[in-house]
Amino acid sequence: MVVELDMVILTLVMICAVGAIWVKDLLGAAILFGAYSFMLCLLWAIMGAVDVAFTEASVGAGVSTVFMVAAVFRTSRRTKD
Amino acid sequence: MKKLALILVLLCWGFLAFAAADFPRLGDPNSPASTHLSPYFIEKAYEDTATPNIVTAVLADYRSYDTMFETTVVFAAGVACFLLLRFYHFSEPPSHLYRHKPSGTVIQVPRGYRLKGEHTELEPIDRDWAPKDPIVEVASRILIPFIQIFALYVVVHGHHSPGGGFQGGVILGASLVLLAISRDLRTAQATLGESKNSILSALGVLIYVGVGAVTLALGSNFLDYAALAGLMGVDQVIARNLGILFVEVGVAVAVMATMFLIYRNVASAGALDEGL
Repeated sequence: MVVELDMVILTLVMICAVGAIWVKDLLGAAILFGAYSFMLCLLWAIMGAVDVAFTEASVGAGVSTVFMVAAVFRTSRRTKD
Repeated sequence: MKKLALILVLLCWGFLAFAAADFPRLGDPNSPASTHLSPYFIEKAYEDTATPNIVTAVLADYRSYDTMFETTVVFAAGVACFLLLRFYHFSEPPSHLYRHKPSGTVIQVPRGYRLKGEHTELEPIDRDWAPKDPIVEVASRILIPFIQIFALYVVVHGHHSPGGGFQGGVILGASLVLLAISRDLRTAQATLGESKNSILSALGVLIYVGVGAVTLALGSNFLDYAALAGLMGVDQVIARNLGILFVEVGVAVAVMATMFLIYRNVASAGALDEGL
């Protein structure tokens, strides 16, 4: 396990997580959430949990991002209240 | 209210960080998991099930109750999406749009009017339509079969390599979603209709539970695949190996169908006519 690589990816995970909450634009938040999942997938792979990494890549970064983008597609640009 | 939420989150984070200090270090040979559980699985998994990938053996054999209920949870999520979003609206949209295939011209037909007769050169398109993009369509058409073959490989090769029913099912579902995104929801609807989709999503769970019921009927414990040995004429180790394959196929079918069921309901806001 390379500690430097670990630290870089962990930092990116935190940046993506905070960014996904902080960003006002819903589509941006959905994409940042996908990036967050992908970084977590890399972390699992580094730790040797390849099966979990595979699941995270397909479910977290793949399909759930599509679901969120599909849900954002059905919202309006500005809130009504 | 926002400040209160922030304080609560920070408090929870503090507790978590405090509790995490008690965790054994990653890969600590003296932690309870490394001294009691893992050695048993590492030593016995191949003897018991002839499955080189220990993760698959643990997931689908030693802990198959967990996986069964995980599949049920996925199925329940699909049913919840269906119940919350799906509605059958009979009010017509303000207008229908058709694309003239050879020329690319778009025709608008207002509400209350219909095109008469058969028009093979006209195809219905979405209201918030985008111009036809041959690059996306052709690239997806080439990609989708490869994605699906890879998904099948992931499902059946889960004994030997990372992967298994869940991952393979998600990739299969993603290939259907890609079809729906690159063309439109109507094309995907023609590939896998709603009733077939719903039946498949329940069938997957039924396959899993059915394997358990068969083992129960053969006088063994629920989901103890060794009982299948007599039925299939193989020894107990191979029976457990095949039992894992059966439930993995069940998981793959359930997850594939449920992923697409959720997608089509979310993307079209429950109307299943057009979306994304």
